[in-house]
Amino acid sequence: MSSLEFRAELSKAGANVDGRWSAIRFFARRYPLGAIGAVIMAIFVFAAIFAPLLTVYDPLSTNSALSLAKPSAAHWLGCDFMGRDVYSRIVYGARISLAVGCGSMALGVSIGVLIGLLSGYIGGWVDLAAQRLIDILQSLPLLVMALLMAASLGPSLHNTIIAISIPLIPYSARVVRANTLSLRELPFVESAKAIGMSEFRIALRHVLPNTLAPLIVLATAQLGSTILTEASLSFLGLGIPEPHPSWGRMLSESAAEYVRTAPWLVIFPGLAISFVVFGTNLLGDALRDILDPRQRS
Amino acid sequence: MGSYLVRRFGLMLLTLFGISVIIFLMLRLAPGNIADILFDAAGFVDPAEKTQIMKDLGLDKPLPMQYAQWIGGLLQGDLGYSYVSDRPAIREILPRIPITARVAGLALSFAVLIGVPLGVISAVKQNTRLDYMLRVLSLSGLSMPAFWLGLLVLMGFVSYFGTIPIYSDAPQTFWAALGMYSIPAAVVGFRSSALMMRLTRSSMLEVLRQDYIRTARSKGASESVVNYHHALKNAVLPVVTVIGIEAAFLMGGLIVTETVFNIPGVARFLVEAIRWRDYPIVQNLVMYIAIIVVVINFTVDMLYAALDPRIKYSD
Repeated sequence: MSSLEFRAELSKAGANVDGRWSAIRFFARRYPLGAIGAVIMAIFVFAAIFAPLLTVYDPLSTNSALSLAKPSAAHWLGCDFMGRDVYSRIVYGARISLAVGCGSMALGVSIGVLIGLLSGYIGGWVDLAAQRLIDILQSLPLLVMALLMAASLGPSLHNTIIAISIPLIPYSARVVRANTLSLRELPFVESAKAIGMSEFRIALRHVLPNTLAPLIVLATAQLGSTILTEASLSFLGLGIPEPHPSWGRMLSESAAEYVRTAPWLVIFPGLAISFVVFGTNLLGDALRDILDPRQRS
Repeated sequence: MGSYLVRRFGLMLLTLFGISVIIFLMLRLAPGNIADILFDAAGFVDPAEKTQIMKDLGLDKPLPMQYAQWIGGLLQGDLGYSYVSDRPAIREILPRIPITARVAGLALSFAVLIGVPLGVISAVKQNTRLDYMLRVLSLSGLSMPAFWLGLLVLMGFVSYFGTIPIYSDAPQTFWAALGMYSIPAAVVGFRSSALMMRLTRSSMLEVLRQDYIRTARSKGASESVVNYHHALKNAVLPVVTVIGIEAAFLMGGLIVTETVFNIPGVARFLVEAIRWRDYPIVQNLVMYIAIIVVVINFTVDMLYAALDPRIKYSD
């Protein structure tokens, strides 16, 4: 959506907006849940970037004297079996979640956009082949596909990103293909063709920008599910390897045994995952309301 | 309609063929095969023994032949032998299916019974405090990892009963089974009900804006007749038609929940088999899941026209 439309939209709603700050305040009042989501995401990104400034202890250094230490003034959220500070590990864990979340989302969406554009634009056998590929990728649940990919690639940060991105491809490919097909018939694309613009430029300059709104909504929604999938993979021992402080991995170490003996090892990493995914979901819902007028409530 | 059905069926078979090739190749490209794992674990030193293991397991044959053997066997109901237990794969998989099916069935009914009514209420009371509360509740349900919810439930068990439930024995009676599986099923179903509630809500909102709802109101139909007789009937259809998505969503929850609760079902078995690189088990199980999803989607597509007279498939 262009800034021009934003203005029109705002004045229609009777908002008296003359600066960036008052615009933000207006949106926060109109979409309170979305604003909460945005704040959660901001905290998440801040923690990931400034992790060394927010923590005192090294997330990887072990200390046998502190094994399973309870939460205290020195170690706010306690220590794990190897005496590592849980608070530090959670703050540093934001880096892993952010890297995997954004990495696989960006990779999956880019490949999907490429396939969708080619499929909708070239048509013919390319379209047929792309459609079959999408059908095949969608015939397995996200987690099963990611499990299979992760097992076949082996546990590492890069491989986890790739493993989670592959099952995401069909969603953006479908959105872009459907949009491309309908946009191709519109007058402004035809006139661009008439003045001799190349197909490639039309695809990049006209078709893609007009598909951006649904793509942003989709990408935000997928960010949450990539973070959840990474947590599940790591929980099952097939995602991020030791000693990286992945939230899912922290829960797998602590699982059934620590439910009895050290509940803080179970509660806090799970809270971190839920909090961040909750933020992406709130933000995604608000963005859908803002960018997709048909769904507006 | 007839030729559409045939074409759609052909595409379904093509998709299943494609997924079988992908499953097969991904497992073969994996670094470290079962022979390596057995070799490391048992501390063998003689390379001849390793070659013998590879030969016994059929891993020395070229890939296309291994694939042909798998699919040929699959079509005849012969799934090969588990590398780990040496028993026929079908004898390992079949007994575990009813356990997972029970949990899944219970979870699905839980999701429908909770999710659909709450979705309707949320849509009818749109933008009220109740609607906001229900939306936040469903969003937090979707935000919690299923395994964490399971762990929290286990934690509750420990603090109330001092112990965690055990799922190793087969329950004897229907009620024993219901009691045993209702807790993990509620954990899986809670997330699915959140999804169901969101789908119902948006579908219901869509319907409430239609002309025939306004007509029903203007002819003087009461609120409850409009909401439940006119709107809900039409709103449920889209919720039914995404049952393929719901099944896939449920599957993800089952995998982690069975692992947390130590339930000896197929979903946990899949994770174990993946860790052990037990190809015959993994490829058959994943293929089985793909067949379920693809067949559900095919059936739903076909039922769509039957359920909604507005939709006609042209040939």
